Amino acid sequence: MCGIIGLHLRDPELHPMLGALLDDMLCGVSERGPDSVGVAVYGDERRNPPGHAAVSVLRAPGDLDVAVGGLLPGRPTVTATRVGDTTVLTAPVAAEALAAAITAAAPESLVVGRGDDLVVYKGVGHPSDLAVTYGLREVHGWQGLAHTRMATESAIIPEGCHPYSVGPNQCLVHNGSFSNHATVRRDLMRQGVSFDSENDSEVGARFVAACLAEGDDLEKALLRLGETFDGFYTLLVTTDEGFAVVRDEIACKPAVIAEHPRWVAMASEFRALADLPGIGEARVTEPDPGKVYTWQR
Amino acid sequence: MAALSRSEAEERVPQPVTVDLRETGVRALNAELHAPTAATYEVLNPLGAHSIAAGVNHEIDVHVRGNAGYFCAGMNQRGRIVVDGSAGNGVAENMMSGTVRVRGDASQSAGATGRGGLLVIEGRASMRCGISMKGIDIVVGGDIGAMGAFMAQAGRLVVCGDVGDGLGDSIYEARIYVRGSVGTLGADCVEKPMRDEHRAELAELLAAAGFEHSVDEFRRYGSGRTLYHFTSEHSGSY
Repeated sequence: MCGIIGLHLRDPELHPMLGALLDDMLCGVSERGPDSVGVAVYGDERRNPPGHAAVSVLRAPGDLDVAVGGLLPGRPTVTATRVGDTTVLTAPVAAEALAAAITAAAPESLVVGRGDDLVVYKGVGHPSDLAVTYGLREVHGWQGLAHTRMATESAIIPEGCHPYSVGPNQCLVHNGSFSNHATVRRDLMRQGVSFDSENDSEVGARFVAACLAEGDDLEKALLRLGETFDGFYTLLVTTDEGFAVVRDEIACKPAVIAEHPRWVAMASEFRALADLPGIGEARVTEPDPGKVYTWQR
Repeated sequence: MAALSRSEAEERVPQPVTVDLRETGVRALNAELHAPTAATYEVLNPLGAHSIAAGVNHEIDVHVRGNAGYFCAGMNQRGRIVVDGSAGNGVAENMMSGTVRVRGDASQSAGATGRGGLLVIEGRASMRCGISMKGIDIVVGGDIGAMGAFMAQAGRLVVCGDVGDGLGDSIYEARIYVRGSVGTLGADCVEKPMRDEHRAELAELLAAAGFEHSVDEFRRYGSGRTLYHFTSEHSGSY
């Protein structure tokens, strides 16, 4: 099964409420995925300060911030915050430089999110517990997404938790299963792409990241994904510019989009949208199969 | 449809009973609807909850004031259920009798496997509308998505708008009436002539659903009957 929620706030007055809105939405999809929850938040300056990068890490050793600070040019201050299974490191450097220093300092750790406007949390547990662990209700920002997982393709471990954030400020969450992911994985590996997990959804995220790196926009990247992947999927992909939703041509996996002058929201089921402000006036639709829906900031 | 007996009707209170789903769970609501003490119910704040008014088996009126989740009015017998909003997957699935009216849009698999009764969707319906329908009548005011009436066995599907791809794939004996365009026809679904008996039944269905279109604006589709006779002569085709 699995549940997806995403919220893109158009009205800056709502930005301080992002976390509370996401928390309400998360309740509506918790039954669809009680195994694990991942959250990505864009634009929370308290968690990812301006001029800083934030990199999310699993299996981080206790003194990682000190070790990473020692490896970065100019020895900047690195701050580490442990949030359940995830540790978020922030430093006034580029995201890729911080991620590289983390991997060099602690090769046993795993980078699961990186960006200068993005913070990613992953963990195993029930959505209502993890929302508290992540301090979700206190989150500010302009965009967020979350995924509740009911594992079918790989183990219930933090590494198998969505979102897959494998490019700068990018996130992908997936409801469904790709059936030819092993083939696509081998093709990508031949092109030099490396993988962190056995998860089929990671292959989708790596594919999209590779397309975006080649200069595709979100719509083109997701159309290419549709030509390359077999299987069932509803995908929500976010970047620091926007928000995209696509379903496969058979469209077995559900999705509902609601559009309001103050926000755009997407969820696996309507009940996740029921408490959004002004939902009564929103245009609620079900995305057509095979069509890419995008919203830009 | 079984008429409400005098004694049964007299036991029920005439005033509508209001159930607020913010305060009362769906399970308690459905328990009341399965052994009703009133003739009419108002359901407030459905908030997309699943299985609202599923399994009704009495001649009662249920008004759902808002958007319903999956399987709303599923398995309905004899009930008259109105959703003043949209409905999620499988609205009126396996309905036996009675009526279900959705004033907004319906998600996938509306009326799936339904055996009787009338499902009216005033807005649009998504994919797989009427999948495996077995006697239900479905009237949709707007468009329906792909794979409508897939493996439909009996009943009537009326679409006042356009239809997506693969209409009536592997259809048995259901009859389909479409006012707008059809994307593609599914395997063994063919256009058929409109005879007087078809115009008459279509007029009756449109009137029951409350739509005023002329029957002359519709085309009829049904089974080519080449797929479901499994004979040894066709063994190479299976």
